[in-house]
Amino acid sequence: MAHKLLGIVGIFKDPYHLLRAAKEVQTRKFEHCDAFTPYPIHGLDKILGHKRSKVPWVTLAFGLMGCFGGLGLQIWVSAITWPLNIGGKPYLSIPAFIPITFECTVLLGGLATAAALLFFCKLPNYHTNLLDKEITNNAFALYIPAKENGFNENDVKSFMQKAGAYEIKMVE
Amino acid sequence: MEQVLTLDQEPLLGPKKTIADVNEDVCKPMERFPSKAWWVVFGIAASILTMGLGLVAYQLHMGMGVWGLNHPVGWGIDITNFVFWIGIGHAGTLISAILHLFRQRWRTSINRAAEAMTIFAVMTAGLFPLIHLGRNWFFYWLLPYPNQRGSLWVNFRSPLLWDVFAVSTYFTISLVFWYIGLIPDLASVRDRAKNKVRRLIYGILALGWRGSQRHWNHYEIAYLILAGLSTPLVLSVHSIVSFDFATSLLPGWHTTIFPPYFVAGAIFSGFAMVVTLLVIVRKVFQLEDYITLVHLENMNKIILVTGMMVGYAYGCEFFTAWYSGNIYEWFTFKNRAMGPYAWAYWTMVTSNVIAPQLFWSKKLRRSIPVMFVISLIVNIGMWFERFTIISTSLHRDFLPTNWDIYIPTFVDWGYTLFSFGFFFTFFLLFCRFLPTIAMSEVKSTMHVGRKVPEGEEYVF
Repeated sequence: MAHKLLGIVGIFKDPYHLLRAAKEVQTRKFEHCDAFTPYPIHGLDKILGHKRSKVPWVTLAFGLMGCFGGLGLQIWVSAITWPLNIGGKPYLSIPAFIPITFECTVLLGGLATAAALLFFCKLPNYHTNLLDKEITNNAFALYIPAKENGFNENDVKSFMQKAGAYEIKMVE
Repeated sequence: MEQVLTLDQEPLLGPKKTIADVNEDVCKPMERFPSKAWWVVFGIAASILTMGLGLVAYQLHMGMGVWGLNHPVGWGIDITNFVFWIGIGHAGTLISAILHLFRQRWRTSINRAAEAMTIFAVMTAGLFPLIHLGRNWFFYWLLPYPNQRGSLWVNFRSPLLWDVFAVSTYFTISLVFWYIGLIPDLASVRDRAKNKVRRLIYGILALGWRGSQRHWNHYEIAYLILAGLSTPLVLSVHSIVSFDFATSLLPGWHTTIFPPYFVAGAIFSGFAMVVTLLVIVRKVFQLEDYITLVHLENMNKIILVTGMMVGYAYGCEFFTAWYSGNIYEWFTFKNRAMGPYAWAYWTMVTSNVIAPQLFWSKKLRRSIPVMFVISLIVNIGMWFERFTIISTSLHRDFLPTNWDIYIPTFVDWGYTLFSFGFFFTFFLLFCRFLPTIAMSEVKSTMHVGRKVPEGEEYVF
């Protein structure tokens, strides 16, 4: 054997069959499996034991930063560094600062959300090969890495076949 | 897996479509040489765009005097176009963000094109304040940054500055939201590309997306958050645009109803534009099985509802003007309905309040020719609404010696035409180079109104 076996991919024609195989993964308590699908299949994350995304925390942190940063800038400019009497309004006219404070919150929060998505997904990534060309079309793939505890090549192949995989590939 | 109960629904997509058909049908028009019709329309749009650039050069050379603007009407068709185009954009965000939060699955067929419309409409809208600046080359003075002029800062209490922040944030966030939605579809286009250059370009744009479940996990959360951020954002943008008027002291502008009234009007006009565009797009690109009568009918219902909100606002404004007992306020409204611009006012009322009433009939709101004509009428009506609010309030203010009539010149009208050329050039390029339907999202709604295979559970 020239290459070490890295894992096994089963390819299914619809999410129902993929889920059957995924439930087998659940009973075997595999932890590093991943599915590759043309659209998100809800509930699959729980079956495969994937954790909840941390993206919202990044949004919260940057949103707050935008909020206080935006408000702070306006207060500093209008009341401290460049106080200017405009129509007799107070220098510290908080209600007038709310719209821009809100926009800064959304701007920073939104940009940070997008950046966090790319960061957590480690994208852009132009090096890793696609497991199957049809995944972005109509194929549903389940990948089981060989490093799993209790990984047995024949066992994996057989439950994938039983679940209805139309193709099973070795990744080396 | 929880069992999800769904009501009997009309299928969202054509009856025989499979997941593989989605990629095939949506990508096909992008992969063949553009049709003659596309070239003709693109040629017209691009020519108008070029003519508009000529106008910009002419105005830069001659100065602001080439506009028909003068005392007392300092805001005419330029700001009318700005508010009109910003409003058009709002439907795109409503479809992509608010309907997403409300779990309206029918949005998936139309959100991509609607978001593209938003982005190009906001770009178009942004042109007008920039053109209107006078010394256009100092546009960056609008931004607060430390400078060597004092340092001189912007006035954060001015609604015009709020506008700068609102519109630029709106544009940025809409673009990010749109691009994130595009990533899985760009990967689809990449993976079916037969040509090397094509695979390279779409490959770079797709960022190496592989459809991993772990990625979908982050992706769905990020998408939901962006929808959650865009929802108050879109409401804030047109509210802030309305503050440009509402915080002034001018009768006809100085009213508290403006923010909700402007937002309802924006959604109303935006949906009309989506209907206009999609009726054409589904026909030209043969997407009738994806953008079905269900989608169009739903949009027409929203047009009916928001049309009546706008109608209520017209009535409410009039009532308040009379009830306030303020003679200037009451005069402004009488002048709108019976003064020299009465034709604009009644065009607005007929188009926005009366025309959409036809949609009470199920037959009419499912008829393509009827909805196409009504959507055009609504667009015209909403343009006149902005014109009525802006120009008729200005042209007769407190002192009769100030009164005058605003006569737009060819520059005013030329810029209006230019805005359409600008918008359609970008929209046509979008239709050629990017998937006009959110494929990965449509695939997840294939089951709506269909039977689940025997012995399986709902998994979506």
